[in-house]
Amino acid sequence: MNTLSKTRIVKEIVTDIDKCTGCRACEMACSAFHSNPKYSSINPAKSRIRVVSNELNDEYVPIRAGQHTVTECDGHHFMVLDGKTYSECSFCRASCPSRDFFIEPDSGLPLKCDMCESVPPLDQPWCVAVCGDGALTYEEREVVREEPDGTQMEIALDKMAHRYGTKAILDALNELAKSKK
Amino acid sequence: MRYAETGFNLEIDLTKGSFEKVATAPDLTELYLGGQGSAAKLLWDRVPPETDPFSPDNLLIFSTGLLHGTPFPAANRTVVNTFSPQTNLMSHSLFGGFFGPELKYAGYDKIVIRGKAPDLVYLYINDDKVEIRDATHLRGKGTAETGDLIKKELGDQRFQVAAIGLAGENRVFMATIDHNHASASRGVGVIMGDKRLKAIAVRGTRAVNVAKPAELFEMSHRIHRKMAESAGCGDWMAVDEDDSFHHNHFAWGNARTKIPDYWSKELQERWTRMKYDHLDRQTGCYNCPKKCRNVISWPGRQRFGYKCFGKDTYHMAAFLELDFSYEILGVAQEYGVDSYSTPQVIAFALELLEAGILTAEDFPDMPADSRGRFFYLLERIVRRQGIGDILANSVSHAAAQIGHGAEAFDHNTTKKFEQLPIKLGKLNPAYFLMIATGEKMSITQIEGSFPQDPLPTQEQREAFVNKWEAVPDEKFKDYFLNWKKRSDISDEATCDIVDWNEAMHYIDDSLGLCGFVSSFRGQFGGDVPYHMNNIPQAVTLATGMSFDKPALWKNFQRIRTLVRAVNVRRGLRRKDERPPEDHWAVRDENYEQALLSKYYAFKGWNEEGIPTRQWLERMELAYVADDLEQREILAVETSPATLEP
Repeated sequence: MNTLSKTRIVKEIVTDIDKCTGCRACEMACSAFHSNPKYSSINPAKSRIRVVSNELNDEYVPIRAGQHTVTECDGHHFMVLDGKTYSECSFCRASCPSRDFFIEPDSGLPLKCDMCESVPPLDQPWCVAVCGDGALTYEEREVVREEPDGTQMEIALDKMAHRYGTKAILDALNELAKSKK
Repeated sequence: MRYAETGFNLEIDLTKGSFEKVATAPDLTELYLGGQGSAAKLLWDRVPPETDPFSPDNLLIFSTGLLHGTPFPAANRTVVNTFSPQTNLMSHSLFGGFFGPELKYAGYDKIVIRGKAPDLVYLYINDDKVEIRDATHLRGKGTAETGDLIKKELGDQRFQVAAIGLAGENRVFMATIDHNHASASRGVGVIMGDKRLKAIAVRGTRAVNVAKPAELFEMSHRIHRKMAESAGCGDWMAVDEDDSFHHNHFAWGNARTKIPDYWSKELQERWTRMKYDHLDRQTGCYNCPKKCRNVISWPGRQRFGYKCFGKDTYHMAAFLELDFSYEILGVAQEYGVDSYSTPQVIAFALELLEAGILTAEDFPDMPADSRGRFFYLLERIVRRQGIGDILANSVSHAAAQIGHGAEAFDHNTTKKFEQLPIKLGKLNPAYFLMIATGEKMSITQIEGSFPQDPLPTQEQREAFVNKWEAVPDEKFKDYFLNWKKRSDISDEATCDIVDWNEAMHYIDDSLGLCGFVSSFRGQFGGDVPYHMNNIPQAVTLATGMSFDKPALWKNFQRIRTLVRAVNVRRGLRRKDERPPEDHWAVRDENYEQALLSKYYAFKGWNEEGIPTRQWLERMELAYVADDLEQREILAVETSPATLEP
């Protein structure tokens, strides 16, 4: 099939864990922004970002809530970076059954970072805006991606529908889908 | 609905092993705010003045500040109050970090602890789930080590733990309560140990609500930005490698020896390298963009963090270099002893040995070098072994116990509390009043808004006042513009300046704000993000109660008066209000006593430093006047020394 080049904006929060001071302002601001009405209550346990920290290990890792998973990992691995031992959970963004991170404490539902999407849009997500020392920075990156060109298929389908009728086309597609299963 | 605060205290009785969640009255918040203010009210109401600090009836109170848990940055200083065996007065202490906000998210404004556990316990708080748990397996463990073990035991790093070390367990008067490389000193660790409470672990998942969300968030973010961008707040000592200020001007040893030309470029370069070779990172407290704490990995030591003058006290007391402080801090902090008073206690003991008041027999097997001697005495103090058992009672009590002239070596205490090791020439009148009358025991907890010294030229003074947003009243600008010589300032200005300095600390310590962005920092440059011209609005937006500048100022006066009354009821009088005799070389007893009388009158206190009925009624503290009269501390028809302001 023919493809078209498309430009998309990818929103990124870049984390420099060496710069994190462990202050958790990101958790405060996230929970305030996502409270209802906005900013009316603060509860870091509802934050979609969490600083995994351990002061004796000098470990400070801000992680943003990612996808919910229904199963937990088959084992926990550890990694040593710069002489410090991290659990792989330190860097994992999932809300999962093995820990109560990114689970809304009142409803038990999973939480996920939405980059503070709102109307009108913010210049940057709140966690970044309150990060005093540049541990979190916001970047918008233009990504050019080759995507299937849907226009030709649409023209062909339109012509076939004209010739055979829409119902016949749909039936044929259904049969095709069944046989491919 | 309660805003900014939860409206509940957690009452713990360690003797009975019981706990209770108790609702508090909102009108008490209007009068006493939170933190130290409402804690002073509890101590007044519930601890009779004859109560021995070691009695089970003494309370140990952990308070959140009124602004803890709100978006306001640097609202994270947890306040600890009790009665101290060292001073027999109200102990006032603070520690930074995350504990207070977490406690509020768990649904409590305060933890009020009474009684004594039969053996070591720790308190487990997970929202509504509260347990008093066995802690005998933590006996002798270090402060940070205890936090680490509890978090591992609970399988959750998100618990915030405040713990005592060996010093607290052994009721050492200089014992601290430590949390996340921050510690509460000045007489609270000893009471936590006396109550057999090893630690408190708290985790909270509840919301803190604020009254005016959008306006508040906008204001708090503005202050947050200012803090992040300004060099005029935070602890500059964490980053300024030129520390000639302390080393050339403060006294070494037992607050005894000044070395005016100690600092050099060579030293600065060497120490800077030493610091950065061992620095892991700089960390901050909850919701604050400053990073005041240097976290150090020293060979053979567990990681530790320090801030402020704490990096100098041990090596200056021992006449050694920075490497010694780095070497001993990791040990001393794990034992949980105050790095301000402990080095003075050790240096005091070594002076007594040198003077022959203590002898070699008192120090069996002590090494000959200063480094070895400091470690030797630290070990004995925290275990209360041999001479350490006496030294663990702090300089003043140890001097009295040792006798034979040891009292003369107790030269740097006020109200039996070790003061900063500063010895100066000419008297600074405001400092005289602050050290004499302060009840927060350390000058760092009293000074801070008005500069310590005048600027040399009129141009510099004008430039300073032109950008001085923090002044609560324009008269302070005039005072500063006309101040040319340190000792030459009017009594009226002196009283106002001391009052303002005090006001900011009393407000910070009730709201939970950090002095490095408010009460302590304005003296060094004037540019602080929190001051009397914006704090009232912050409190209003957070609580929904209406505070303006005069109202909040009155809160300060009321809390200040109540703290004074609490201490007066335990015996504090004018005779106790004396800075160390050698604090200044040039003294004038008549001038000082006249100034003290003027200040008492200015405060609404009588000649003995006791608040008058007239003043107490004006402060809505008539119940205090009734009590003081009933105890015949206040004569029934007393009149103020002069007219009130």
